[in-house]
Amino acid sequence: MRNGVATLAAFTIVLLLSSCSGGDDRETVLVMAASSLTDAFIEIETAFEAANPEIDVQLNLAGSASLLEQIVQGAPADVFASANASTMQAVVDAGAANTSTPFAGNTLQIAVPLGNPANVSDIADLADPDLLVGLCGEQVPCGQFARQALDQAGVVASIDTNEGDVRALVTKLEAGELDAGIVYATDVIASPEIEGIALPANIDVAITYPIAVLTDSPNPDLARTFFDFVLSARGQALLADAGFIAP
Amino acid sequence: MSGRRIRQRAPWQLVALGSIGAAVFVLPLVGLITRTPWSRLGELVASDVVVDALKLSLLTSVLAAFISLLLGVPLAWVLARINFPGRHIVRAIVTLPMVLPPVVGGAALLFALGRRGVIGEPINDATGFLLPFSVWGVVVANVFVAMPFLVVTVEGALRNLDGRHEAAAATLGASRLTVFRRITLPMISPSLRAGLVLAWARALGEFGATVTFAGNLQGRTQTLPLAVFVALEQDRDTAVAISLVLVAVSLAVLLLLRDRWWSHGSTS
Repeated sequence: MRNGVATLAAFTIVLLLSSCSGGDDRETVLVMAASSLTDAFIEIETAFEAANPEIDVQLNLAGSASLLEQIVQGAPADVFASANASTMQAVVDAGAANTSTPFAGNTLQIAVPLGNPANVSDIADLADPDLLVGLCGEQVPCGQFARQALDQAGVVASIDTNEGDVRALVTKLEAGELDAGIVYATDVIASPEIEGIALPANIDVAITYPIAVLTDSPNPDLARTFFDFVLSARGQALLADAGFIAP
Repeated sequence: MSGRRIRQRAPWQLVALGSIGAAVFVLPLVGLITRTPWSRLGELVASDVVVDALKLSLLTSVLAAFISLLLGVPLAWVLARINFPGRHIVRAIVTLPMVLPPVVGGAALLFALGRRGVIGEPINDATGFLLPFSVWGVVVANVFVAMPFLVVTVEGALRNLDGRHEAAAATLGASRLTVFRRITLPMISPSLRAGLVLAWARALGEFGATVTFAGNLQGRTQTLPLAVFVALEQDRDTAVAISLVLVAVSLAVLLLLRDRWWSHGSTS
């Protein structure tokens, strides 16, 4: 017993020491990005670090609302990329950013598991109580946009679950546990296990992603470098590859 | 021994470290209370979302605690008393949910019991019954994370039990089941209660496995912790109010049961 405790303690100390020294001299820039940007920002991180080998990008990917909370509570972040204008506005209102710039746009699609087992064909099918329908919760942008689309279509969805972020919703669609949901077009492109059904042409939900350098950024110069990269031709091309449209 | 009182100061090292230990739990509670919108508390707590979540949480956590009791006590007995190959492995698997991130547990439940799950698919095909996105899904997620606490507590008690009473009863002709019912269970009742309370408390606070396996829908699967999570991103006052309800309910039950149940048979 005593030996076991000693071994565990020694092991812990070794782990602590090794994680502190790290052996990585690069400066870091902490980027808070909405979870719908996950794949695109991982690509951007790779390209940015290749172009700027002295900078290490750390991505914190979560629902925009969680990120808002973390930023307002003083997380030492440098850049914030939000999935909607209102969350960014809340960050600006809280004094955590001075101004923001739109850098990408997105559209919505109905997503179904591969093969569309429940034969969903239209947004009106989401009102069917026999189908398992998931949306994002109203507290996150994808949930707000989905509800706007449903309102415009005049459909009252028979909702079975409100997921905390779009990735959680996509995961349940991929697993076949849900029959249909409303997600971003970029999510459908990113996942080989779901397929998308376009919304009717008369539904118009404007989805714009703003990005900002945070006022309390520990590394404002690095933050600006990353910000510029996202808006550069290279950054925009990577976003377009992931299915984002121009803002 | 018992009649002699030695007046001696408590060792300051223990008191100092113990105080820091207590502060780990007291400080967050203080933080929560300082952020509480007392003037709006009544109105926030009486909202549909909170009332629905409270009812659901009480229902599912109590159900989960009793299912844990029904299945967990026999499991603990088997682990403590029957020497079978692979017992250590079974015991490790049973306690796994105590270390596994609950979200992973929820995903694993989905793979096993979901509509496309190993067992869930044949059950759904045969009966149309579906656990995810239902109240029973919440209960199953709760049992998964809560039962290990009961099993560990009860198994520990069974192992420390003086076997002579059971042996005597057996000598007098009682069957093994009768011995278990009439001798073993009464003797370990303090641990049974403690395990039951621990399992209930764990079930009440359960978040990750529930949201992953059972989803999140007000009135059906949105328990208090899920309601807190959603409210935290919408309206912090509501989130703090719900958390306070959760804290109040848990503290009330834990204090009450401690007086009623744990005072005899233990040294407290």
